[in-house]
Amino acid sequence: MIQLIETENLTKKFGDLTAVENVTLRVNDGEVFGFLGPNGAGKTTTIRMLCCLISKTSGSATIGGYEIGNKEGSLKIRKMIGLVPDNVGLSENLTAYDNLDFYAKIYDRSETQRKESIKRFLEMLGLWEKRNDLAGTFSKGMKQKLAIARALIHDPQVLFLDEPTANLDPESAKTVREFILELKKQKKTIFLNTHNLDEAQRICDTIGILNTKLRVTGTPQDLEQEVKGKKTIVSLEQVNEKILSALKKLSLKNLTSEGNKVTFDVSDPDKENWGAVEAMVLAGGHVNTVNVVGSSLEDVYLKLVREST
Amino acid sequence: MRISKAWLIASRDFKIFRRQKNILISIIVFPVIISVLFPAILEFTQLRNSGGLAAPGVLPNLLNSFSFFFVIGAAYIPLGIASYSIVGEKVEKSLEPLLATPLTDGEILLGKAISAVLPTLVAMYVASIVFTIGIDATTIGRLGYNYFPNWNFGVLLLIVVPVAVVMSVLYSVIVSSRANDVRSASSYGIFILFPLLAIYILSEVSIISLDINGFLIIAGILSAVDVALYFVSRSAFQREEILTKWK
Repeated sequence: MIQLIETENLTKKFGDLTAVENVTLRVNDGEVFGFLGPNGAGKTTTIRMLCCLISKTSGSATIGGYEIGNKEGSLKIRKMIGLVPDNVGLSENLTAYDNLDFYAKIYDRSETQRKESIKRFLEMLGLWEKRNDLAGTFSKGMKQKLAIARALIHDPQVLFLDEPTANLDPESAKTVREFILELKKQKKTIFLNTHNLDEAQRICDTIGILNTKLRVTGTPQDLEQEVKGKKTIVSLEQVNEKILSALKKLSLKNLTSEGNKVTFDVSDPDKENWGAVEAMVLAGGHVNTVNVVGSSLEDVYLKLVREST
Repeated sequence: MRISKAWLIASRDFKIFRRQKNILISIIVFPVIISVLFPAILEFTQLRNSGGLAAPGVLPNLLNSFSFFFVIGAAYIPLGIASYSIVGEKVEKSLEPLLATPLTDGEILLGKAISAVLPTLVAMYVASIVFTIGIDATTIGRLGYNYFPNWNFGVLLLIVVPVAVVMSVLYSVIVSSRANDVRSASSYGIFILFPLLAIYILSEVSIISLDINGFLIIAGILSAVDVALYFVSRSAFQREEILTKWK
C-alpha cells in the first residue's frame, strides 16, 4: 500500500502557543482519513501545513513523496492536492461556472477538459442548472458542494476537507456526505477534518483524534474496541446479595448496583457479558435486558479529549 | 514568475469588477471630472471676462497645473480597485483556496497589481485624449496654437502617471493587509494622496516647477518610493502572513 501522506513529529508553534505537537501519522493511497478533535485542537493548522500554506516549526511531512517546507516540494504538493477550507471561499461575484473555470485554468486544463470536468461535477452535485448563477446567491449547502467541485476540478491525488458539513442543515450535510462517500468509492485519498463523530464513523477508513497532540489513530472499529462495552447495564427482576457476590467472584471492574440494575465494566463485552449473565442466572436472578452503553467512538473521543485538557 | 498566471488572476478580477458598480464608478468619475470639468472651467472663465485665469500669460502654467491632476487621479483610482481586489477576497475568504494552488505569491500579487493598474491607465489615457481636445478647443483662440499634446504632458502621462499608479497599488496592498473591510482600506489609502497634493500646492506657490525637469524629478522620487513599497508589500503578501497575521 502506497503511503501518500506521512508526517513525523510535525509541530507548529505560534510564538509561545503550540498549536500542533509531534504529530506522526500515515495516510494510504485511496484511504479516507478522519481527523477528529475539538475546536482549537490544531486540525486546521495541520491541514494548512500539509497544504504548504503555513510553515512547520519542526518535524517533517511528505505528500506523495514531496517534502513540505521547501519551495520546489511545496509547488509540487500544491499541484497534487485539492483543498476545501472551513470557509468555502468562493468568489461570490462570479458564476458557479466561472468559479470552476478559473481554478481549472490555474491547473492548465485545456478548454475541452475544463468544459467536460465542470459539466461532470456540476451535474454530479445537482448544480448544472445553476451554472450561470452567481455563487453569492447560493445556499450554504450549494456553496459547499461548489467548493468541493472546485477542489476536485484538476483531479487531485489528495483531497483535504476542513469541516465540510459544519454549519450545514441536515439535508445539505447529507448531500455533501454522500458525495464524499461517492469519492471514497472512486478510491480518492481524502483527509477529512471534522468534529462530527457520526460522520467520521460512517465515512472514514482511519481516524485520528487530535488535541494538539495526536492521541490515537486506528480504524473506527479499532477505536470502538478500546471502550466498546466497557460499561454493561443488566436489568433484573430483583437484585440481591447472592447475585452481587456471584458477580464479585468474576472480578468485574466498577461493579455497582442501583435498584434493579447492575452496572460493570468489561474489556470484551461479547465474551464477558455471557459469563456475567450466566453467573446471575445461576444465582437465581431473572435477567430482563443486557445493554452495552454508549456510542463507543464518542466515548473514546470524549475520554481522550478530556484526558488531554 | 509566470505572467500568464498573473494575467489569469487579473482577468478573473476584471470579470468581478464588471459586476461592482462602486469600482466602475471609481474608475470613471475622476477621469471624467478632469477631462470635462477643466476645459469647461476655462470656457466659462473666458466667456465671463478676458483676463484672469484665461489670460494668455497665465494659461501655460495653469494648464500644467491642471495636467498634474492626472497624477493625482492615477494614485486615487487604484485605491478603490486594489482595496476591493484584496480586502474583498479577504472578506469572502477566497484567498485561502487560491493560496493552496500552485500559483506563487508573486504571481498572485502581480495579478492583483495588473487588475488595478490596467483599468487606471486606460481610464487616464482615454481621459487625457478628451482633456487634450477640450483644452485645445477652449484655448486655441487665446494662445494661437494647440497647447496639448506637448513634451511636458507626454512625460507626465508616460512616466509620472505609471509610477504613481504602481505606488498607489503597492500602498493599497500594505493597507489591505491591515484593513478589515474595503471602506476602511480605501480610507487609509487616501493618505497616499497627501504627498501628491503637497507637490501640487508647492507648484502653485512656485516652489516646484511642473515642467519636464520637475516631472522627471517627481518620477524619480516616486520610483524610489515604489521600490521601497514593493519590498514591504512583498513581505506583507506571503501565504503565512496572509493566513495567520492579516486581520
